[in-house]
This record gives sequence, structure tokens and C-alpha cells, in this order.
Amino acid sequence: MESLWVAKTGLEAQQTRMTIVAQNLANVNTTGYKRSRAIFEDLLYQNLVQAGGLTSQQTEAPTGLNLGTGVRMVATDKQFAQGNIINTNNTFDMAIQGRGFFEILLPDGSQAYTRDGTFQRDSDGALVTSSGYALQPAITVPAAAEAVTIGVDGIVSAVLPGQADPVQVGTLQLTDFVNPGGLQPRGENLYIETVSSGPPQPGTPGLNGLGTLAQGALETSNVSVVEELVSMIETQRAYEMNSRAIESSDQMLQTLTNRL
Amino acid sequence: MDRLLYVAMTGAKQLMQAQTLVSHNLANVSTNGFRADLARFEARPIQGPGYPSRINTVASGLGFDHSPGALQATDSPLDVAVEGNGYIAVQAPDGTEAMTRGGTLNVNALGLLETQRGELVLGDNGPLAIPPYTQISVGLDGTISITAQGQGPETLAQVGRIKLVNPEPEQLEKRPDGLVRLIGGGEVEADENVRLVAGFIESSNVRMADSLVDMIQISREFDVAVRMMSVADDNAERAATIARMS
Repeated sequence: MESLWVAKTGLEAQQTRMTIVAQNLANVNTTGYKRSRAIFEDLLYQNLVQAGGLTSQQTEAPTGLNLGTGVRMVATDKQFAQGNIINTNNTFDMAIQGRGFFEILLPDGSQAYTRDGTFQRDSDGALVTSSGYALQPAITVPAAAEAVTIGVDGIVSAVLPGQADPVQVGTLQLTDFVNPGGLQPRGENLYIETVSSGPPQPGTPGLNGLGTLAQGALETSNVSVVEELVSMIETQRAYEMNSRAIESSDQMLQTLTNRL
Repeated sequence: MDRLLYVAMTGAKQLMQAQTLVSHNLANVSTNGFRADLARFEARPIQGPGYPSRINTVASGLGFDHSPGALQATDSPLDVAVEGNGYIAVQAPDGTEAMTRGGTLNVNALGLLETQRGELVLGDNGPLAIPPYTQISVGLDGTISITAQGQGPETLAQVGRIKLVNPEPEQLEKRPDGLVRLIGGGEVEADENVRLVAGFIESSNVRMADSLVDMIQISREFDVAVRMMSVADDNAERAATIARMS
């Protein structure tokens, strides 16, 4: 009985969607998190009667009979809408206002990208993420620095003891992608480049469409709790409907086996 | 064996197909831009010698439901929904032109506009190429304007227009890949009157209540068909008993 399997695809799809909703809700307080969205597509159809097929020499079938085989999840789409900016007043916290990502050097030598601007100094004075991965291009802040200022365009300057003029210690760059939705989330708030994201395009913050930097601020998660809750209700009801379809198909089979 | 059994069996078999169709609609209750499939049954008398008492039922398609689904607001500028009737023209994987209502668009790595399933969205002259941008917006008539990278928000550039079509519903069919095409193939001329709203997606037009009621009805009709089969069985048994007694 086909309808059992068709309804099963519906159950599976809704269950996966619930996982995505739960993932979004779990990350409602994750800095720089971008919410995911489930995208479904209908599965292939079985063509039982071809529309336009000749029913006689002069007449043709006006419509065909296509039986679908269910649904599948085709993508989880990351929504790169801007999150809120909150002030933390930490010197090395940075938020990106607009497009762009910070480039991070992973321990294996490859690059990753993030919107999470919670940076700290490691023992050498280099700026690293909360996980300890180095920011690229590397910026080393002298241990003696009294005050560090990060400009909107990424210029990092430090005031050293006994000097009136701040010295420039490095320049931050942001990286953009043609299709940020194609980036692959890697966990730890990091994304990595894929074929569909396009190659990274580094640039100066504030130029060529890249966002500007805000020092002492962080970008919050862009998950909307209300939206996720509504989505959760919808998912649950759709799941129930599909399980009703299974139940109903099961009853038909039961009738068949019991009555005959 | 009595022919009643075969007539009832045909009915039960068609009802199982109808149940598959309803299940498919219910499974796609969250598929953006999905159009509910419809089916109906046709009475088909069996021609031949004797009294024409046998009328089989045959499921035949009725195409799909053309009514628009509800619009859901999203924040994404590349989510577009067709208002009222009409379709977005896309290039199917086999290179032919097809139509869809699923307007979750994306710019792929080559800078081409595509749907979530990877079909290229067609403009007036083939697939639409979108140069690197900082802002993008889609107008009511499908016109795409962008602020190119390196330019201020005061410089809006038009980069093309999404081809929107509105053929007569009777000419359309859903093909096995789920895309809508003209019966017999071919391309449709762009229609100026189709309206697109950006920042919205169209939800599936499957009506849950209708589908549930359909499901219950099919289930009950199936019971009747099976009951007729068991009646046929009883009749045959009685006939056999009488035959033994004499």
C-alpha cells in the first residue's frame, strides 16, 4: 500500500523540520548565530495517465493522472539577516554591521569564517576566538598597551605607555561571499567555504559593500522566538496529519485482511 | 466466480490510489508553492454481450488545484511569491522551460539566480545573472534592482526582470519532476500583469480539513468495496452449498 510510504515521507520531513526549529531555539542566545529554515520539495510523480494522450482518433485526455510519492527536505537555508547589536564595552568584542565575515585560521591550517566577534588575546597577545583560533590577518596587541581602539574600517591602534600618539598595530579585514547561504556551518559559530558559496572576497570594512565594525559590541542571534514557536506548532500539526494518514491507510488494510 | 467480485476489487484498487494522492498532498503541507493534486473517478461500463450490469470505476486525474496558497512574510529580499494567478518561469534540469510557484530564490556561486531546488530562474533573455551586490530588491513586475558592490545606496541598477507567465489553467500539467509545464510542451509568452511580492513565500495550497475529510471518506468507501467483495464470497459459498445438497 503506497499511501503508507507517502505519509511516512511526510512524517520524516516534519520530524527533521522540528530538529531545525529546536536547533534555532537552542541557539537563541548564541552570538552571531544565523537561523536555519527548512525547505521542502515534492518527490517524483508516477504518471499513470498522460495528459494530452489520445483517448480516440479525435479526442485527447484533458488532464493526466499523476500520483506523487511524497516530500523530502531539499535544503536547510541559513538566513543571514542582521542580528541585533548589543553593547558589551569589552575592548576586543566586535560586531559586523552589514555584510561580511571574520576570517579565522583553523588548527589544521584551513580557513573558516564567522560573524561571532568575541575575540580575546592569547598568551602571545594575538587576537583569537573563544575557541582559541587565530583571527586572520593576524593582529598582535602589545602586552603593555594601555588602550586599544578598533576603527569602523578595521584599523587597530594601541596607546603604549609613555607615548602620547597611538600606534597602528594591524588592520582587520572582512570577507564576503557571493552566496553566503551556500556556506557550510561547521559548529563553533564557524562556516567554511563551499563550491556554491563562491570564493572568499576579502576587503576593507565599510568599502565595496562590506559592513563596518563596531568595537565593544556583539551581534546577537537572529532567531525570532515567536516565529520559531509558530513554526513548531505548524510542524506538530502537520506531523499529526501525516500520522492520521498512516492510521487511515492501516485501517483500510485491516478491513481488507479481516473482512476477506 | 461472480463478476461482482471483480467490480468491487477494481473499486477498492482505485480507492487505494486515491488514498496515495491524499497522503501525498498531506505530506506536502509545508512545501512552499506546492499545488494540491486532484483526482476523480469515472464510471466505465464494460461493453459486451449480456445485460450491461457491470460498471467499473477508473481513477482519472483532474490536474491540480490552481488556487493560490497563503502568503507568509519572511525577511529575505529574495523570497518572492506570485500574487493571484501566474508562475515564475525557470529552466528545468533538461534545459526546457518550466514553471513553478516556489519563490525561494538564491544567487548561486556563478552569480545566476536559481530556485531552492537549483533550477535557473529565467529573465526576458535566458537565465538571470546577478552581479555582486550589497542590496537587492525585486519589484512588483519582477524587475530586479541592485546596489552594486562598491557603490552607494543612491545608485540603483536594474539587472533584469524575472519572466512571469500566466497561461490558462487548462493548458497546464504537473510533470513527474513536480514542475508545471504546458500540456504537449512549449514555452509561454511573458505576461505583464502577473504581480510578484518580495519578502513573502507562498505556502502550500493543500487544505488540511478537506484532505482529512477526503481521507475518512476514502477509508469508508473502501470498507464498502471490501464488504461487497465479502458478499460476493458469501454468495459463492451459498451457491456451492446448494449445489452439494442436490
